[in-house]
Amino acid sequence: MAGLELLSDQGYRLDGRKAVELRKIQARMGVFAQADGSAYIEQGNTKALAVVYGPHEIRGSRSKALHDRAVVNCQYSMATFSTGERKRRPHGDRKSSEMTLHLKQTFEAAILTQLYPRSQIDIYVQILQADGGNYCACVNAATLAIMDAGIPMRDYVCACSTGFIEDTPLVDLCYVEEAAGGPQLALALLPKSEQIALLEMNSRLHEDHLEKVLDAASKACRDVYAVLDRVVRDHVQEVCTLLGE
Amino acid sequence: MREPPLSNCEKSFLLKAIREGKRLDGRETYDYRNIKISFGTDYGCCIVELGRTRVLGQVSCELVPPKVNRPTEGIIFFNLELSPMASPAFELGRQSELLIKLNRLLERCLRNSKCIDTESLCVVAGEKVWQVRVDLHLLNHEGNIIDAASIAAIVALSHFRRHDVSIQGDEVTVYTPEEREPVPLSIHHMPICVSFAFFQQGTYLLVDPSDREERVLDGMLVIAMNKHREICTIQSSGGIMLLKEQVLRCSKIAGVKVTEITELIQKALENDKKIRKEGGKCGFVESMPQQWITAFKVEKAPVDVTDVEEKAEGILSRAEPPAEAVSKPVLWATGTAQIGEGLESSWRDMEEEEGQVEDEDDEGAIDDPTLAVTQNIEMEDISGKEEKKSDVDVVVLSDSEEEEVIILEPEESRIHTRSKHPADSSATKTTAGKKKRKKKFAL
Repeated sequence: MAGLELLSDQGYRLDGRKAVELRKIQARMGVFAQADGSAYIEQGNTKALAVVYGPHEIRGSRSKALHDRAVVNCQYSMATFSTGERKRRPHGDRKSSEMTLHLKQTFEAAILTQLYPRSQIDIYVQILQADGGNYCACVNAATLAIMDAGIPMRDYVCACSTGFIEDTPLVDLCYVEEAAGGPQLALALLPKSEQIALLEMNSRLHEDHLEKVLDAASKACRDVYAVLDRVVRDHVQEVCTLLGE
Repeated sequence: MREPPLSNCEKSFLLKAIREGKRLDGRETYDYRNIKISFGTDYGCCIVELGRTRVLGQVSCELVPPKVNRPTEGIIFFNLELSPMASPAFELGRQSELLIKLNRLLERCLRNSKCIDTESLCVVAGEKVWQVRVDLHLLNHEGNIIDAASIAAIVALSHFRRHDVSIQGDEVTVYTPEEREPVPLSIHHMPICVSFAFFQQGTYLLVDPSDREERVLDGMLVIAMNKHREICTIQSSGGIMLLKEQVLRCSKIAGVKVTEITELIQKALENDKKIRKEGGKCGFVESMPQQWITAFKVEKAPVDVTDVEEKAEGILSRAEPPAEAVSKPVLWATGTAQIGEGLESSWRDMEEEEGQVEDEDDEGAIDDPTLAVTQNIEMEDISGKEEKKSDVDVVVLSDSEEEEVIILEPEESRIHTRSKHPADSSATKTTAGKKKRKKKFAL
């Protein structure tokens, strides 16, 4: 990886983006009829599918039920064909379990779970193609799916990853940039209130740069929000016109 | 067994204490508990105590073929075990969410920050590399496992020595410790996790939460840092909304704490090195404090006693003097009264005694029967007046067993007693006796 120049002198990245430029985001809501809510998102080459069921009665052991709020049940899986090397297990390894936990935590904070006591909300997310920013794509897809299901949330949850190379924060890392081993930070933000639903960072970053990277990440999250909001509005309009006919 | 939940009382008590900036163990909000590091007889074995949270770290290594995609890098494997020994809430052989979270955090903190030079663990590229295994066992759970575990891991790794290896042509020789001094791992920096607990939607912040505090917290933020103030991992958890300012503040605090802890670790390592060089005793047995009597031993909890006296005096000066404790007498029958419900009935004994007393009185009456009694009554009359100024005068009998009993003397009879008329006084005496009897029946 040493030969790769992640940021050229002119300020362009490997795929021709600028440092603060996101990859192209395309999303669709309501891709499945069976589920209560579903969404599909493409962030560059990272493709994720999210499906939401619920809120419904607690499945499985009843002892899991919470008397004051809903249980958020998440499952993150990666399709065996999603990575360069074929994956053996789509889910259940340490990394996937961790991702599942993070998703669960993010949406427990964002969904107004206290409106549905003793019930359960299932969020299933699958990565179809992994090209960096898996967590972020999952969060964005799940946000759209939850909206499609009509479950009230505090706000959109928008996530974006950020790296830091040569004193410049790079937003929305692709796989090659992630694999280079530089610092990377994943941020899930509620854009209106600027509250952080989840913050995760790896590798080494000097404390003095943290603020810079956080700022870049929250800016990127707000950019993601603009895109997601447009997707939702388009979808609602589409549905309305269909219902109107 | 699931951990029994905290009662609402306990929760609100803890939260109230936190709101007032106080902690049960007397620490300040940003204080760590005492950290103690002890080493085993072998290299790469240590116990880290954070307060009463204990983690045992053990490093071992073996030669294995490398991973296909990284032929020149050694392998480091971390494993944290939460055994039921540490807390009855932990079950054996179950990958709980907590365990996954902690293990991944450790991995990210120590492996992804590249604190250990994995390339130096390569023996023959593509064929043999060292696999270093870090096993961490939680021995006692008193909160903040991750900090203790991360300290234990880095201490065990820095303490560890692997066998020396030499390569001559195709031949690889692994030397025993007797043949060649074992070599330490090359460690670039020491990442250490610092946990922050948030309460009441992030209004209150504590460093190093104890297990009680962990059970009432809303959210956690773990920041791993090294002494060069490089952040190695950040992880927020729990359903809490953080603000950017809070994160930045935490990272500043973490920087200070990590520097302190790193110094402590280095001191401990140097100390151990010196002892080993001098051929002194080492190992866990040696580091255990000798306590023959373990019962009745109570750890001194540091209690904030500054300005306690002034405070107490202030309270005393402001407080009103206690109201005179006079409970309302109960009137059972005319001329009798009682305060309180009394204890067991011991009338049988008293009847005998009283019989004797009356006999004595009768005997005394031969000499001067009236005077003694009247004087007695008068004295008690005065004391009764001082004590209680009610329309009815109260005579307190000084008989030890009848302290609770009060005889109400009608106004006229007292006047009679004062007149010191012998006949009258004898009459009062008899009435008193009668009253006593009456009271007995009333009871």
